Amino acid sequence: MKFIHHRKRISGILAVVPARELSFVEDMKNFNFPEVRSLKLKEVMGYDKHRVVEPGVCVSDLAVFALNHLFERKLLLPDEIDALILVTQSPDYFMPPTSNVIQGRLKLKKQMFCMDINQGCAGFVIGLMQAFLLLEQESIRKVILINADVLSRKTSPRDRNSFPLVGDAASITIVERDSDDSVIHTMLMMDGTRSDALMIPAGGFRLPSSPETAILEDVGDNNLRAKDHLCMDGSGVFNFVQMEIPSLVGDLLKYGGATIDELDYFFFHQPNRFMLQKLADKIGVPHAKMPSNVVERFGNSSGVTIPITITSNLADRLVHEQFKVCLAGYGVGLTWSAMLMNLGKVNFNSLIEYK
Amino acid sequence: MKSVIEILREIRPEFDFTTSDDFIADGMLDSFDVVTLVATMDKSFNISISGTEIVPENFKNLAAINELLLKSGARL
Repeated sequence: MKFIHHRKRISGILAVVPARELSFVEDMKNFNFPEVRSLKLKEVMGYDKHRVVEPGVCVSDLAVFALNHLFERKLLLPDEIDALILVTQSPDYFMPPTSNVIQGRLKLKKQMFCMDINQGCAGFVIGLMQAFLLLEQESIRKVILINADVLSRKTSPRDRNSFPLVGDAASITIVERDSDDSVIHTMLMMDGTRSDALMIPAGGFRLPSSPETAILEDVGDNNLRAKDHLCMDGSGVFNFVQMEIPSLVGDLLKYGGATIDELDYFFFHQPNRFMLQKLADKIGVPHAKMPSNVVERFGNSSGVTIPITITSNLADRLVHEQFKVCLAGYGVGLTWSAMLMNLGKVNFNSLIEYK
Repeated sequence: MKSVIEILREIRPEFDFTTSDDFIADGMLDSFDVVTLVATMDKSFNISISGTEIVPENFKNLAAINELLLKSGARL
């Protein structure tokens, strides 16, 4: 599915990661798995450090911390915010929307549009698309896109499929109109027939959490998890990404009239280094143009990995320079999306720690 | 250059890979072993096995792995 957006831009990105850092070497003690095999996995997948919240920390805590950081430094004024979009799979509550909770905790103005979007690894591109649509309204001049997840709280520490790679994080992306005649091309696909490839089976209305859903079960390969935990069909997701993303990116480049050589960076969602390098080889992108160094430093934080990749790899360069980039996110839903845009000359692009 | 059988023995030294016709069904390789095998073969044979080829049937036995290597441009 094709989308085109005119005269929109990102004017600032702030990523926030918890100060608490876990290491794969320490995690290994929880796995019923020979150490030598775990160490091989570390080398291939790039598992090393990952950031997770302390018990009890919620998405709104990370978001409020990050927005206050911007307010205190006058990088954003509270009254400038006309819309607040939160993309998360780990809301503070079923109801009310966590975006409203954030608005309330910060005492933001009432003339504001708040919305939660339940999306994961494709959530940065989807959130940007929603921000662009809102900016078509005259009354909306500045949209705050928040991507945030604390999925470590829903991941079994005994599940080698998920725990070593999971990371918690949030990002604030400021989206506004562009005075230049910029054009942004996007491709988006969804396939609900494979919605069970990534899911938390229990805790919703279909299967409410109970003492039974909290019982750790042996799910094969020496992994233990409960129905209350994040469940990922790792092989299925890997094959989905390798099959679908190269053609999606190819179609996007054709749609946007761009070539791989013309692009400076491919900022893709960061599941693990192996998957990204295989994607880069398949698409024909030099590894240097597609950073794959986020999961080893921060973990996979779903929709926040693209902003973290941008902030941690470009930092202040993005304030002074402009780049032509391709963004791509893929995961829960299943959902896959890619966006072609100019990115740069922003007011800020940094990564901070939540303490 | 390491041979496939040497690489397999490094990954799972507890199994004899010459006696099985289906490493996956016999529980000798799990999905993470396959990832380790691909990464090691990429390096050892100076190739990049396509991500779309990383499916269980291509790692069933020595013949399937050899066929995959040839398809991926390895010189055996």
